[in-house]
Amino acid sequence: MPTAVRPVRIIVAKVGLDGHDRGVKVVARALRDAGYEVIYTGLRQTPEMVVDAALQEDAQVVGLSIHSGAHMTLFPAVVDELKRRKATDIVVFGGGIIPDDDIAALKKRGVAEIFTPGTPLQEIVDWLRKRFPDEKTPKR
Amino acid sequence: MRALARAITLVERRDPSVRDLEAALRTQARAPGVAGFTGAPGTGKSTLVDAVVALLRQKQRSVAVLATDPNSPFTGGAILGDRIRMQRHALDTKVFIRSMGARGHLGGLSLATREAIRLLGAFGFDEVILETVGVGQSELEVAAVADTTVVVLTPNLGDSVQMIKAGILEIADVFVVNKADIDGHLRVIAELRAMLNLAPRQGWKAPIIATVATRQDGVEQLWEAVLAHRRHLETTGRAKELAEKRLRDETAEVAAELARQRARQALEEDPRLAERLLEDGTPYRTAEEILKRSANR
Amino acid sequence: MRDDGIETSTISGIPLRPLYTSQDLPGRAEEYPGQFPYTRGIHPSGYRGRLWTMRQFSGFATAEETNRRYKYLLANGQTGLSVAFDMPTLMGQDSDAPTSRGEVGHCGVAIDSLADMEALFDGIPLGEITTSMTINSPAAILLCMYIAVAEKQGVQASSLGGTLQNDILKEFIAQKEFIFPPAPSMRLVVDSIEYCAAEVPKWNTISISGYHIREAGSTAAQELAFTLADGMAYVDACLERGMHIDDFASRLSFFFDAHIDFFEEIAKFRAARRIWARWMRERYGAQQERSWKLRFHTQTAGVSLTAQQPELNIARTAIEALAAVLGGTQSLHTNAMDEVFALPTDKAARLALRTQQLLAYETGVANTIDPLGGSYFIEALTDEMERQAEAYFKRIDEIGGVIPAIEVGFFQREIADAAFRYQQELEQKRRLVVGVNEFTVDDEPPIDILRIDPRLESEQSERVRQVRRKRDQAECSNALNGLRKAAAGTDNLMPYILDAVRAYATEGEIMHAMIEVFGTYTETAVV
Repeated sequence: MPTAVRPVRIIVAKVGLDGHDRGVKVVARALRDAGYEVIYTGLRQTPEMVVDAALQEDAQVVGLSIHSGAHMTLFPAVVDELKRRKATDIVVFGGGIIPDDDIAALKKRGVAEIFTPGTPLQEIVDWLRKRFPDEKTPKR
Repeated sequence: MRALARAITLVERRDPSVRDLEAALRTQARAPGVAGFTGAPGTGKSTLVDAVVALLRQKQRSVAVLATDPNSPFTGGAILGDRIRMQRHALDTKVFIRSMGARGHLGGLSLATREAIRLLGAFGFDEVILETVGVGQSELEVAAVADTTVVVLTPNLGDSVQMIKAGILEIADVFVVNKADIDGHLRVIAELRAMLNLAPRQGWKAPIIATVATRQDGVEQLWEAVLAHRRHLETTGRAKELAEKRLRDETAEVAAELARQRARQALEEDPRLAERLLEDGTPYRTAEEILKRSANR
Repeated sequence: MRDDGIETSTISGIPLRPLYTSQDLPGRAEEYPGQFPYTRGIHPSGYRGRLWTMRQFSGFATAEETNRRYKYLLANGQTGLSVAFDMPTLMGQDSDAPTSRGEVGHCGVAIDSLADMEALFDGIPLGEITTSMTINSPAAILLCMYIAVAEKQGVQASSLGGTLQNDILKEFIAQKEFIFPPAPSMRLVVDSIEYCAAEVPKWNTISISGYHIREAGSTAAQELAFTLADGMAYVDACLERGMHIDDFASRLSFFFDAHIDFFEEIAKFRAARRIWARWMRERYGAQQERSWKLRFHTQTAGVSLTAQQPELNIARTAIEALAAVLGGTQSLHTNAMDEVFALPTDKAARLALRTQQLLAYETGVANTIDPLGGSYFIEALTDEMERQAEAYFKRIDEIGGVIPAIEVGFFQREIADAAFRYQQELEQKRRLVVGVNEFTVDDEPPIDILRIDPRLESEQSERVRQVRRKRDQAECSNALNGLRKAAAGTDNLMPYILDAVRAYATEGEIMHAMIEVFGTYTETAVV
């Protein structure tokens, strides 16, 4: 039995060229407060950089944020890069200004979930808890 | 790379399978050079580490960075942001960056760090840089693991005095005064020098290097100082001493960890023990009993 | 808190009393519009002499398509143009750069070289309109392109009017579209201010922006304080260059957000004018009255728009626009209801403009000068805004100024804290957003949104490659070399950039020449 339970690790990254990081920071804080280990990689990450970070950090989840309108290009590019690196077990979710039609298309392309502006933070946390029920968050 | 990343996770989790993994790797293990960088938030520590990584890559050395940030004591969660500063090495396969939550386990950080260093050595990394925020216990634990500890200060944060209070001066093998392009750096250097004259340590006088990490200024000299300290450890035989001491410390920590596991298990499995513990009101008799039992097992 | 559990403080957290009376304004002297310190407005005649400029920010896809939209807006009564650039243009890279993929033409128009700029303003006489360009890191390049297009139209630079955003400090603080480190970034800003003071005197060389600070999650007082602090940092930098305060002060303009907390916003605008006037006259010793007057553009708050029941955004925008007008704005952009999804459709863009026209011509609010002046509540809130801003100036001073405060992440942390606090209030339903955390509907019909044809990216990429093939290569590389050399020295870079632009060097190439000398910046991680 392990002596220490390791929290779920989540890469939180801004892909695309825009610098709007209010949402991504609020989500990062909420995930931290929910007991997750958030690795924030900052702005303007390419899909290759995101996947590289996810692998090195041995993260189970990648959360992507975008507000520039390039989500249909960049979110699937992250999923494809994970496939190429044989890491399809890593779950990808996204957030940002994303129209309903695009959400359906992105889910078909392998993005697990999309959260749009106005989503309560608790909804994101609940979704993760459901997705990773066995991983406990440490209590001391 | 994923295998290495996974193995570090096992180490962090204190998973028993690490023991077998380590045994398998021990034969091919090379000991990488280990330098620890510590400093208060805002000293430009991550930028400095980024600059050192760039320098080492120019010298064709492969580098791993283990960056430690504190976890929230309430939720266990953390936001680890040290990668942001090291973006330019993102796709370089000879650079491996791993963020670690300190998690505050007793001894857990240094134990996990030591094992992670061995893994990195086995996977062929030449240099390991440990980066910690100098605001608590974790930098002392890291100093116990690093061959050379670099303490980073800046002129503008009024942190030099606080560092002394926190006892961080004692762990420094090399001082860096970063952001040496702003006013007051000469004053900080002078203050440091005055204090160091009072306290020489084991034949090594910690040099003070001025850097401007954002411009790569002084980074070459900084690395020279780290190497000089490394040579000093070798020539004085201190390196061997340290290695032996570390192995002893690590053994004690592992023993403590194992004992802790067994004690928890025994208290859970044997209601009689737990009952007597309540009667006694103090832990000593029960603790000894548990140790005796596991010795006989 | 109210009996129903809703916060009674302003959206920024300023506690409010249930009632304000004359007790809240003891010993107050009478103030008049058009008089120092201009709390009641910079014009003695308010909007009676001249209405605010209705300036709708727009741009998308290619230069040709945007050019058509501009002609449509001008024909519909818009009185000034405002160019939105796409992300690659804002980040100083060409459409065919690898990191431009998926971004070309999405958030605005794609401009790679002078050729695109010529197409953008084709058939629009630059001597007769004013143009606002929202761009920062590469601002100097885009301004030079505008000047070069004017040259080709036979219009002299000295008769060009318009505004360049050119506010790099708020990029470091909030919007994060920085490229160079702070010092060379500031040099470029001062270069353009200095150049325009001599060559393009009617141009507003900088639009010091609180909008993005607010949209990043700040409070109203933070928006006010950080923006004015940035303004003073630019003033300090120009003085350090050896310019005289009265030679450039009147060409500094400001840009604020109009958020949904109606009275707080009005107080913010009034306090901004008062603080600026005092600082300019008393601290900087400006002699001319026009140097004391803070002029500003306003945009309604994009961040207040909701994707849920988007038609509500029309109501929100109208209320925010009214706050801007009552706060005395010089020009105004009203957001379209669908901007929360994408760039506006023609219909939504027209509705947004019509909202302003309705305010100007139907409601009568423009007929009385500063109608809220003397309101116990508004005046007390204006004082409170001023007090909070001055407290921030003190803290920024203690850190050593705006740039050191950026480098240690001071602004970024203050903003992130404010954004997080607000989000928690929403989660706990201590604040309500109609249609989002209360009064929701289950089934939202989809609304029409503007789609950018994915073929655009390859077409625009081909276009820039063609420009690179067709130009005079020797002239272009000479110009770029000249710029590189000048960047390493201390000359004003504007003439060198202008040469490169005229030689059809692309935006990415010009930026790159400067990056070789200046390097790039990575921010301190503040989460």
